Amino acid sequence: MGRPVVVVTGIGIVTTLGEGKEDNWRNLTAGVSGIRKISRFSTENLRTQIAGNVKWEGEGPYCAPAHSIALAKKSASEAIAQSSIGSKGSFPGPLFVANSPAETNWDQRMAIYDDVAGADSVGYERLIKIAAAGDLTHYYSLFQFGCIAENLADEFGTKGQPISVTTACASGATSLQLGVEAIRRGDTDAALCIGTDGEICEEMVVRFNLLSALSTQNDDPQGASKPFSKARDGFVMAEGSATLVLESYDSAKARGAKILGVVRGAGERADTFHRTRSKPDGSAIIDTITRSMADAGMSPTDIDHINAHGTSTPENDKMEYLALSAALGSDLDNIPISSNKSMIGHTLSAAGTIEAAISLMTIHAGVIPPTINCLEQDPNILMDVVPNIKRTQTVNTVMSNSFGFGGQNVCLIFSGEPDQG
Amino acid sequence: MSTEKSEVWVTGIGLVSSLGEGLDTHWAQLTSGKTPVPSVDTEHQSPYPVHPIVELDIAAQIPKRSDQRQMGPWQHLGTYAAGLALDDAGIAHDADLLAKTNLIVAAGGGERDIEVDTAIMEKVSTSDNPGVELNASLSTELRPTLFLAQLSNLMAGNISIVHGVTDSSRTFMGEETAGVTAIETAVAQIQNGQGDIFLVGGAYIAERADLIMLMEFGHALWSGDHGSVWSREDTEGGMIMGSAGAFLILESRTHAQARGAKPHARINKVVSDRCTRQAGAARKVADSLLEQICDQIPEGPLPVLSGCSGIQPQLAEERGFFDSLSERGFDPSIRGVTTLFGNTMEAQFPVNVALASLAVSRGAFFDPFDNTGVEQNFSGKPECILISTWGHWRGEALGLVDTPDVPLRGDD
Repeated sequence: MGRPVVVVTGIGIVTTLGEGKEDNWRNLTAGVSGIRKISRFSTENLRTQIAGNVKWEGEGPYCAPAHSIALAKKSASEAIAQSSIGSKGSFPGPLFVANSPAETNWDQRMAIYDDVAGADSVGYERLIKIAAAGDLTHYYSLFQFGCIAENLADEFGTKGQPISVTTACASGATSLQLGVEAIRRGDTDAALCIGTDGEICEEMVVRFNLLSALSTQNDDPQGASKPFSKARDGFVMAEGSATLVLESYDSAKARGAKILGVVRGAGERADTFHRTRSKPDGSAIIDTITRSMADAGMSPTDIDHINAHGTSTPENDKMEYLALSAALGSDLDNIPISSNKSMIGHTLSAAGTIEAAISLMTIHAGVIPPTINCLEQDPNILMDVVPNIKRTQTVNTVMSNSFGFGGQNVCLIFSGEPDQG
Repeated sequence: MSTEKSEVWVTGIGLVSSLGEGLDTHWAQLTSGKTPVPSVDTEHQSPYPVHPIVELDIAAQIPKRSDQRQMGPWQHLGTYAAGLALDDAGIAHDADLLAKTNLIVAAGGGERDIEVDTAIMEKVSTSDNPGVELNASLSTELRPTLFLAQLSNLMAGNISIVHGVTDSSRTFMGEETAGVTAIETAVAQIQNGQGDIFLVGGAYIAERADLIMLMEFGHALWSGDHGSVWSREDTEGGMIMGSAGAFLILESRTHAQARGAKPHARINKVVSDRCTRQAGAARKVADSLLEQICDQIPEGPLPVLSGCSGIQPQLAEERGFFDSLSERGFDPSIRGVTTLFGNTMEAQFPVNVALASLAVSRGAFFDPFDNTGVEQNFSGKPECILISTWGHWRGEALGLVDTPDVPLRGDD
C-alpha cells in the first residue's frame, strides 16, 4: 500500500482584491491591482508609502494579531463551508497556521506609555510599572506568539495542539507541507492549513525599507509591483489570508466530498549563503524545485504552469529564473509563469497559502492569471511570464514556489483530477 | 508506508543555561549530593528575579565575526546550543550528513533594542505630531541588522548558515508549546520514515525588558525573592523566567547504528493537547494524555521532570495530577525543573528532554532540586522518565524518555 494521497476539499481566500474566491478570481483574471497609498497610518517620512492593506474592521486602533485572526477567520470559514467537513465549531483534524511573529506594536506601546500612572519613569520601566498596576490581560494573550493559532483553534474546533509556523515568506507553503505530512503519516484524515498576515504597520515598513526590499514607486501604487520587469525595484507589502482544507483521498471519497485538487508533491531545502539572499549558484532553490518534482513523481514536461514566488525584487526574480532554468531545462520555454504578487502584493506569511489557493483555482478555470505591470520585461529573464493579459489554457498541474528570507525554501505541486480511483 | 515505527534515539544534546554550559557541568551540579544552588539575578529586572544566561565564548561555536554581528544574544544562544548538540552527536562539520539533517526550531521573537525603543517612546510621547515623529524616529534609529536579529525564523537561518544544516527547516511559534510540538513533530517524522535525523530545540533569554512587559500584562510574573516553584503553591503564583538554549539530535535507530552512534536515551512518546484553561481543564487534559501513554510506563518508582511554570491555578492542578499517579501504581519522584532553570519558555520542553536523556544516559536521577519535601530521593537507575510541560498560557504535554536495549553513551 502506498502513502495516502492528499487532496484539497475546501479553499478560502481574502486579499486586497476582495473577500472570497469569486471576487478574487474576477480581479485576478482582469489584471486588477489591489495596491494603494497607505491610509492606516501617516506615511510622512517613510520611503515606502504604498501597500496592499486589507481594511481593519476591529474595534479600537489597528492591532496586528487581531487583524491576522480576523482575516484568517474569513478565509477558513469559506474553506470549511465549501468542504462541508465536520460540524460547526468542530473540524476533525489538526490546525497548521502560518503567521508572522507579531510583537506588541507602537499603537499599543504608546497608548500604554501615555498612561499617567507611569509618569515618573521612562522606557520599559514605565511600561512595566503601568502594566503591573493596571489590567492589560487582553494584551497578554494577544501578544503571545501562540495567540493567533489558539484563537483559530477555539473558533474552528480543530483537534489537538495547533502548530504555528514561520519560515518568513515560505510560511504558508510550510503550513501546507505540515498538513500533507500529517495525512501521509496516517496521523489524521484531514488538516486545516491557514496562512494569514495582517501586519502592515510603521515599523514593518521601516524595517523592510532598511533591507532595501520594498518598492519605493509611491507615485504609481498600482504599477509598483512589477515582477520580472526591467524597472522592478522591490516588493510591495500586503495583507491577506487563505485556507486549504486538506484530506486523504480515501476519506474525502468516503464522505462524498467534492475534490478540488491534489497536492502531488512538496520539496524543501534550506540555504546557507546569506540571511536575505540565495546562493549565487541557486543550488538550494534548484534542489527545492527538483525535490518537489521527485516527491510528486513528475518530470518537467508534466508541469503546465508555474505560480512564481515572483516578488518583484531585483534579486528574487533573477534567482528564481536562474533556478527554474536549471531545474527544468529547455522545458521551461513551454511553461507559462505568472506572479500573483503583481496584483495582490507580497502577503509575506500568507503568500504560500494564497498562491496555493490561486494555483488550484487556475487548474479549475483553465485560465492563467497574468503578471501585470509587465511593460518592459527584464531582458535577462527569458521566460513566458503571461504579461498583462490572462491566458485561457488547459492546466492540469501547477508548481508553486515560495522562498523566504532566512533561506527557507518550499516548492509545492498541485494537480486537478486524482489519477487513482 | 511501513507500519513498523522507527525507534527515536537522542544521539546529541546541547545544553546551556543559567547553571552553566554542557552536560558535565549540569550533571555535576545536579548530582552533587546537596541541593543545587540556582543562579539568580535580582537586580537588573527588579522586582522580578530571573535566571541569567552564563557568559558564552560565542566564537567557539560562531567563529566568523560577520556572523556574530548579524545576531543578538537570543540567536547567539540558540546557534551556540545547536552547535553543542552537533558536536555531541559527532556530526559537526560532516557536510554530507548535515545536508540531510532536518531542523525544527521553537522560537519566540529576537531582541528589540531597548535603548532605541526608549528613545522613540520619549520622542513620540512629547511630540505634537506623534505619527510623523514615530516614522522619523524609526527611520533614523533602527539598523538593518536589528530586524534580522529580531526575526523568529532567523535563528534557524543562522543555524543553517553557521553550522551547514540544510535539509528541511521549520520554525514553530507558541511559547512552551512550540518546544513541545517541535519535538513531537520530529519524533512523528522519524517514527514514520519522513526523515532520519533532526536537530530540534529552542532558546530563551530571560533578561529582556520587552518580555518582562509582555508577561506583566497578564500579571504572570513572580516578584520578590526567588523560591522553589513548589513554594508558590499556597500563593497566587507567578513565573520566574530563565535563560537557556537546548538542542537535541534525534535520529532513527537504524540511521544511528549505521554510523556507529550510541544513544543517550530513547524518546518513546510525546503527547500534547490544549484547553482554554477554565479551572480544572488543564488537569483533565493531562489525565487524558496520561491515558494515552501509561501502558508504556513501568509500575513503581517513577522519576518525573516538571516544567511547572508557577502560574496558578495550573500549579495546584499539576500537583494534583502528580498525586494521582500513585493511584495507577506509580511512585513519582518529581523534580521542578523551573526551580533551578526558571521558565525557559520555548526551550522548556527541550530542556526537560535534554535532562531526562542525560539521566538515562548516565544511569542515575538527579538530587531533589529544593527542600520543600515535595521532591523525593530516587535511587537506582531511571529506566523511564516522565516529562510534564504545561504552558503558562495554553497547552499541556507529557513525554516519556526511556532506555533503548543497547549500550548507552553514558556507559562509556
